[in-house]
Amino acid sequence: MFKGKAIKYGNNVDTDVIIPARYLNTSDAKELAAHCMEDLDKGFVGKVKDGDIMVAGKNFGCGSSREHAPLAIKTVGISCIIAETFARIFYRNSINIGLPILECVEAAQDIEDGNDVSVDVATGIITNITKGKTYKAAPFPAFMQEIISAEGLVNYLKERTEVK
Amino acid sequence: MTQKILAAHAGLNEVKVGQLVMANLDLVLGNDVTTPVAVNEFNKMGVDGVFDKKKIAIVPDHFSPNKDIKSAEQCKCIREFAYDKGIENFFEVGQMGIEHALLPEKGLVVTGDVVIGADSHTCTYGALGAFSTGVGSTDMAAGMASGKCWFKIPEAIKFVLTGKMQKWVCGKDVILHIIGMIGVDGALYQSMEYTGPGVANLSIDDRFTISNMAIEAGAKNGIFEVDDVTLQYVKEHSTKTPVVFKADTDAVYSRVIEIDLSTIKPTVAFPHLPDNTRTIDEVGEVILDQVVIGSCTNGRIEDLRMAASIFKGKTVNPKIRTLIFPATQKIYLQALREGLIEIFIEAGIAVSTPTCGPCLGGHMGILAKGERALSTTNRNFVGRMGHPQSEVYLCSPAVAAASAITGKISSPEEVM
Repeated sequence: MFKGKAIKYGNNVDTDVIIPARYLNTSDAKELAAHCMEDLDKGFVGKVKDGDIMVAGKNFGCGSSREHAPLAIKTVGISCIIAETFARIFYRNSINIGLPILECVEAAQDIEDGNDVSVDVATGIITNITKGKTYKAAPFPAFMQEIISAEGLVNYLKERTEVK
Repeated sequence: MTQKILAAHAGLNEVKVGQLVMANLDLVLGNDVTTPVAVNEFNKMGVDGVFDKKKIAIVPDHFSPNKDIKSAEQCKCIREFAYDKGIENFFEVGQMGIEHALLPEKGLVVTGDVVIGADSHTCTYGALGAFSTGVGSTDMAAGMASGKCWFKIPEAIKFVLTGKMQKWVCGKDVILHIIGMIGVDGALYQSMEYTGPGVANLSIDDRFTISNMAIEAGAKNGIFEVDDVTLQYVKEHSTKTPVVFKADTDAVYSRVIEIDLSTIKPTVAFPHLPDNTRTIDEVGEVILDQVVIGSCTNGRIEDLRMAASIFKGKTVNPKIRTLIFPATQKIYLQALREGLIEIFIEAGIAVSTPTCGPCLGGHMGILAKGERALSTTNRNFVGRMGHPQSEVYLCSPAVAAASAITGKISSPEEVM
């Protein structure tokens, strides 16, 4: 269960604004996190608190395959992303590094910036504490939940020694 | 078609939309930005070696030749990994090109292959009738270790192409037209499949450009029906045997879109999304600071020939910085032998060794605040080529060349 304040953005938030390519000469997660969302919202890194939940519209994470994007978002303290839809590579990358992301049109549209929100990834239930409303996202299939709770694909595979 | 390739690589007779399959990989690709992260993940897995030394390609093309100390460290990391693991397809500066132009040219991807690459434009190889898609670094690491990757079987949109493109129109205009029509999430999670009699009128370079930008419509891949043009290209570049997959005549598609190539006009995508398109007659006056011709989208020999045919005997507007990036060493050499490089230099253009460079705002042509570039690259997001308050417009090599001469976005007909 995650709980935090919603930080809301619009449609087509691309990986270049999540982490601009000019910072991709490093793969250090903390350095990347320091520039997260910089070109879209300069104040983001200053205002985000551990556990906060990012909420956005359609096609979140479109563009580049850089895994640095979900890594920066996770490292800066975001616990979960809720959007109407995600770009497919971003979706894969988020699961692979153990960042939970949920598709839910109703929640993505209704939650406002600053609302207190809680998310139960196992059931897909999203609660807007400020508005006293709940929304239902499709829960993850079991194997994806296991990847997330193992903090990513590599740990998940190691636990199962599937990679030989 | 995509479903059939994935089924064959998963050892299944047939698959359904939405089904999760584990497929065998023919090639795993990474570059100098994504591979360091993959190396880190690979090392965490505790495996000894890679699944197949011949089936991994690592290309330092983004920030190389090394633009700064940090980039040099990243290239060093992947170089050492490649040597340590005995990876055969590591391409050093001097041999390397932009990955998605280089791999088909080296014969590493052929018809019927399944390829993943830690670069979103890996979808380029759909031009050869292969299934190829972009993934992240962790998937690359798992792919290098196991030779496998999981996929969700996508739905497909069928594009039926008819007719022949007009003069000064090329594959770039076709794909910008399509993205403008369906939007940047118009093919989200889906496959874009190109078929119809118009395909025969598209060169292999046009097809590479069209498949390359499938990701800009959100697609998983963009794949062309295989014909003699495809097989001839594969034969000339590879010793691998192509495997031709054909869509069933009764295959089910989420949408069928017909496109008459003869109706497409030169098209420009305005900031800050590739679907914000206008045809050249709707552009108005857009004054430029920089023009870029190159990238995995439009740095191939036909692109350079098209630009040179416009630049020949002319000079660029003195207020414009014009940069040309042949996509590979082989393309560069061919352009040199054909006299194209001489035309460019006499026109007042800077010609560079292959690199992704300015396309992603890496190096070699970064924009200052308020500056405006017209580029044959693939993305015009906020800050893509430099300052967050700079602008990128996307177009074909012909429109780029004409505009470098006039100093504002122009139709090739204005200067020819």
